Amino acid sequence: MEEKILEILEAISGTDEVRNDRDLNLFEAGLLDSLGVIELLVGIEEQLGIKIEPTEVDRKEIDTTNKILSYIAKR
Amino acid sequence: MIPYGTLFFFYVTAIVLLPALILGILEKPIKLYGLFASVLIIGLLFSSSKTQLACLILFYLGELFLVKTYLMIRQKYPQRWILRLYIVFSLLPLALAKWGNIFTERHLGFLGVSYLTFKVIQMLLEISDGLIKEVKVLDFTYFLLFFPTLSSGPIDRSRRFLDNARDVMPRAEYLDQVALGLKKVFMGAGYKFILGSAINTYWLGKIPEGHSFLHTLNYMYSYSLYLFFDFAGYSLMAIGISYFLGIKTPENFDKPFLSRDIKDFWNRWHMTLSFWFRDYIYTRFVMASIKKKRFKGRFTASYLGYLLTMTTMGIWHGTEFQYILYGFYHGALIVGTDFFQRKSGLYKKYKNHKAWIIGSTFVTVNLICFGFLIFSGYLFK
Repeated sequence: MEEKILEILEAISGTDEVRNDRDLNLFEAGLLDSLGVIELLVGIEEQLGIKIEPTEVDRKEIDTTNKILSYIAKR
Repeated sequence: MIPYGTLFFFYVTAIVLLPALILGILEKPIKLYGLFASVLIIGLLFSSSKTQLACLILFYLGELFLVKTYLMIRQKYPQRWILRLYIVFSLLPLALAKWGNIFTERHLGFLGVSYLTFKVIQMLLEISDGLIKEVKVLDFTYFLLFFPTLSSGPIDRSRRFLDNARDVMPRAEYLDQVALGLKKVFMGAGYKFILGSAINTYWLGKIPEGHSFLHTLNYMYSYSLYLFFDFAGYSLMAIGISYFLGIKTPENFDKPFLSRDIKDFWNRWHMTLSFWFRDYIYTRFVMASIKKKRFKGRFTASYLGYLLTMTTMGIWHGTEFQYILYGFYHGALIVGTDFFQRKSGLYKKYKNHKAWIIGSTFVTVNLICFGFLIFSGYLFK
């Protein structure tokens, strides 16, 4: 599962920074924006079958790769 | 009584907050008292206009009916068209407030109708998403009629608001919160009544009649600054007063004139409004478009989403031409910025250099002020 999420993130941000620096703030680094969040949620739903509504999750809960991984793991 | 407009309002508010302060210090729930205080203040706010009060009561009952019945219907029927129908109904009072003059001489709105409508639609959408599973009448009433933010926001979210309302803070935490709230009230008063007023009286109000390039430029900067200090000041006071009632109303402004680009600006200006539009229009439109594969390009849905969202935001301010243009202007700027930042090698290379940041902040602040010039209607007079 972790690998799939990393692949989705790489495809969205167009870089493997998301894999190498997992505590990097993705919004501040310009790797994730409004569209990126949507693509991430759609990707997770389509590939992992986990449905997350956009206002269910706060940006602060998913602003680094590590936080995204642990958020999904808890679901 | 005008909210945040007269000394009388502040006297009444100070008296009304005292029992809340005592409850907070005794570590007792403030929620029920806060609801009582809100109803009391609303009674005073609308005492001079029976029509407004009647409109508010009808609005409240109608929207409560919608939320309650949708909650029941949604359990069995998740169809999207039912949600859409409910949203249309929930928008009727706002439509009547804006266009009611077609049928009647009377003004069919009341102070705050457009802000309260946001709160109801948020609840309907989150009921549809399954995030809200029950709505108690008292909870709904307190969230909708919470007096500090009644007239012009900040626009809170129901789940967040009710978490705060149910929570009883330890005394030390509550007192810290109150101290911060008091600071915000004074800061807000300084923004609105000293800085905002001064700009209005000694700069904006002193610009001679007649449009010349220099007058227009003067108007553009003074109006923009006035708008900021007036609205950010109001917001700070509303947030500060909320803190006394144990509600951490979200921030509305974060140094908007230091934005690096237009997208950054909308994360800093009237944030509760722009986040509302982002979450409930842009995100939903783009998400549905991606899932249904409506468009070929990766960014088409996003760009259409920005234009749709910002134009709606413009129309929400009013159906006059200047507001629609203002919305479209910002939509087009966001699309342009997004496109530029994705394509430009120059941007990617220099975006973190000091000179680039200073330059783009300067360009952005002028684009923002030009937007407010459109918004003000000055160009069309």
